[in-house]
Amino acid sequence: MTESRTSPVSTKPLRRLAGIAAAAALVAPLSACSILNPPDLVVYNAQHEELLDELVPLFEEESGLDVELRSGKDLEMANQIVAEGTDSPADVFLTENSPAMSIVDNADLFAPVPAGALETIPAAYVPSSKNWVGFLARSTVVMYNTDSLTEADLPQSILDFAEPEWEGRVGFSPTGADFQAIVSAVLELEGEDATRAWLEGLKANGVILQNNLVVMQEANEGAIDAGIAYHYYWYRDQEESGADSDSSALHFFGDQDPGAFLSVSGAGILKSSEHAAAAEEFVEWLTGTEAQQAMAESYALEYPLNPEATLNPDVKPFDELEPPTVDVSSLNGPRVTELMTEAGLL
Amino acid sequence: MVVALLALIPLVYVAVYTVIIGPVELWQLVVRPRILELLRNTVTLAVACMAATALLGVALAVLVERTDLPARRLWHGLLVAPLAVPAFVNGYAWISLDRSIQGFGGAFLVITLSYYPLVYLPAVAALRGLDPALEEASWSLGHSRWQTFARVVLPQLRPALLGGVLLVGLHLLAEFGALALLRFPTFTTAIYDQYGSTFNGSAATAMAGVLVMLCLFLLLAELRLRGSRHYARIGHGAARLSEPARLRALRWPLVALVAGLVALAVGVPAYALVHWLVVGSSTEFPLGELLAATGSTVALAGAGAIATTLAALPVAWLAVRHRNRVSTLVERSTYIANALPGIVVGLALVVASLRLVPVIYQSALLLVVAYAILFLPRAVVTVRSGLEQAPIVLDHVAQSLGSGPITTARRVTLPLIAPSLGAGAALVFLAISTELTATLMLSPIGTRTLATEFWSASSELRYGAAAPYALLLVLISVPATLLLMRQERLTP
Repeated sequence: MTESRTSPVSTKPLRRLAGIAAAAALVAPLSACSILNPPDLVVYNAQHEELLDELVPLFEEESGLDVELRSGKDLEMANQIVAEGTDSPADVFLTENSPAMSIVDNADLFAPVPAGALETIPAAYVPSSKNWVGFLARSTVVMYNTDSLTEADLPQSILDFAEPEWEGRVGFSPTGADFQAIVSAVLELEGEDATRAWLEGLKANGVILQNNLVVMQEANEGAIDAGIAYHYYWYRDQEESGADSDSSALHFFGDQDPGAFLSVSGAGILKSSEHAAAAEEFVEWLTGTEAQQAMAESYALEYPLNPEATLNPDVKPFDELEPPTVDVSSLNGPRVTELMTEAGLL
Repeated sequence: MVVALLALIPLVYVAVYTVIIGPVELWQLVVRPRILELLRNTVTLAVACMAATALLGVALAVLVERTDLPARRLWHGLLVAPLAVPAFVNGYAWISLDRSIQGFGGAFLVITLSYYPLVYLPAVAALRGLDPALEEASWSLGHSRWQTFARVVLPQLRPALLGGVLLVGLHLLAEFGALALLRFPTFTTAIYDQYGSTFNGSAATAMAGVLVMLCLFLLLAELRLRGSRHYARIGHGAARLSEPARLRALRWPLVALVAGLVALAVGVPAYALVHWLVVGSSTEFPLGELLAATGSTVALAGAGAIATTLAALPVAWLAVRHRNRVSTLVERSTYIANALPGIVVGLALVVASLRLVPVIYQSALLLVVAYAILFLPRAVVTVRSGLEQAPIVLDHVAQSLGSGPITTARRVTLPLIAPSLGAGAALVFLAISTELTATLMLSPIGTRTLATEFWSASSELRYGAAAPYALLLVLISVPATLLLMRQERLTP
């Protein structure tokens, strides 16, 4: 940038800028397509994107409706919907875990679930408000490295991981909504003091990992002895190649221990929806036999909640699980976040 | 002023929510072990990386510009090349090849390798802009090469060095992707985690407040160190090269060092990309999705780059040509957003747009505004340094010859600063094409960019599936990087 640049040549970058501007002007209308061509249904999706990318085309073909997905994480999207309030562009909200559904429900933003969905899904997976409905479930498990541990070495309760003997040996992903849902179950079943003590023990002992996949990898490689996660990560890897799961095994807690918690993925329709009919059609379809069977046969390996659908027999059967009884509407997301912040996990 | 006000939205948001939380709860949220842990992480990483990039950037600039290093043009090109590799792609490359590259060591390595061009480029530009006569005068007065470097060259490099190091510091405070992949928690990653759980919870706002303080500290420190010197000179000076220093016996060892650095900074990501493209088990080429993501990335980055550069022009103009407390305040206020993570800016705009102008919520326009707020400093720094070197006397001469202010701007000032406008736009383009968190929050529904697609694959450890997006991210960064490189080319 010396004075020698004052020659006329130096206007070149200006022309180049103009070129970029022209290119942008050409491309901009492309990105505006969605404005001119609004979708028939907007789904805020916090379930695994891959699963919905498989499902939505099926629904689109059957209904002739055009569905747009906006993907994010459970609590982030739930809070976003609350911030958006009645201006929310969302018609349907799908989550991985139920605490996020409760946040939206408590803000009184859900419309009642259509009767068809309530008929197919057992009442245990529907909140007392009947404003959303469960459509998939996942079981809490411990993935343990088979070289360093045997099933007998594992504790009877998930609460035991707070004991000093597990120092540096147990991994989990506190930032994920999955783990936070497990904490909400502990909070509901064991009360606040026990939860606080448990979290403090985990903060002292635990190896903090980025997400459940990393938990599985690290347990498989023996970097940790055991990791807390959901069942399907391990089964999915087994189905695919076993590369990240062949040196590990699953331990399911029994006896209604908080560690046997079954977390429910929910679907709800926003009160402010401008496409209420399409939204109802989608939720009924999602809980119906066809979609539930499609999910059961997909890569996902989560438990379908429609009793008509049957899951791959390699996965531990749903009726062999011994989950604690938890009222899905009572799981408290915000209090869990506060307790975890207090414990220094967030 | 409008630009500054817009840029202050995120700060106002943080301030308002800090007040809403109330002093007692805020104090409890700030003074807790987790914050100290994050503060230690953030500050040590920032200090280490700023020192390392300053050292590397200046040493490499001097080596390439002022010595008889063989194949200097080639090295210059290779040394700028990391700019085309976003830090999170670099992080992905390292950790996907060797899982032990994480924590402080991994973060320090990857960040330094990704960010040193931010110091190197301005240092090279400043070295090329220096009149060799100054150094020759110093030699003739009996100073050795080293003394001349320390007493004549280094002071002249000061604005470039400080500006570059400031950018490194601000980038680092806002860096999310690379640090999340390398598992080194700083304020930004922790705020992201908090937002993931609470959206706009008070703990996150408290952390954002501490982060803003760190940013303010950096800005004030740079302002103090920069002082109010003027660095413009009038006339061409001697349009010739300074006589290169002879490296003699050190020549080949230094070549080996530079080559080693290039291998780490460019070779490793290149190898990782090829590796995952060829052998990655989850590699797939969803052509339609790749094209759509590329299209929306280029469109958003192009529009954002133009908007940001246009917004930077008046700010830089005021800061250089009408330097006073108010204009400095306006200029500095635009920097603050740069140290806020994209997610805070995104959230502030969600809240502001929903309250004030719900029509633009989740529109491309709002996203472009977010980009302008986030990346204004990059454009301002570049445009300002261009303006600083464009002597105001030339404007005065033009005016004395009868041209009005608009003609003067069009025919004298703009041509003078055009290269820096181009460089500013290129920097912003690069930054936007790799922006992640604000894009995730604000993008119009259904819009997926290369960065968001890359992130969703790589955070699920589908390294092979992430590779095509990473490659495209690098490819679309190449033209802007070339533009930046040409900017610095010597025009004898």
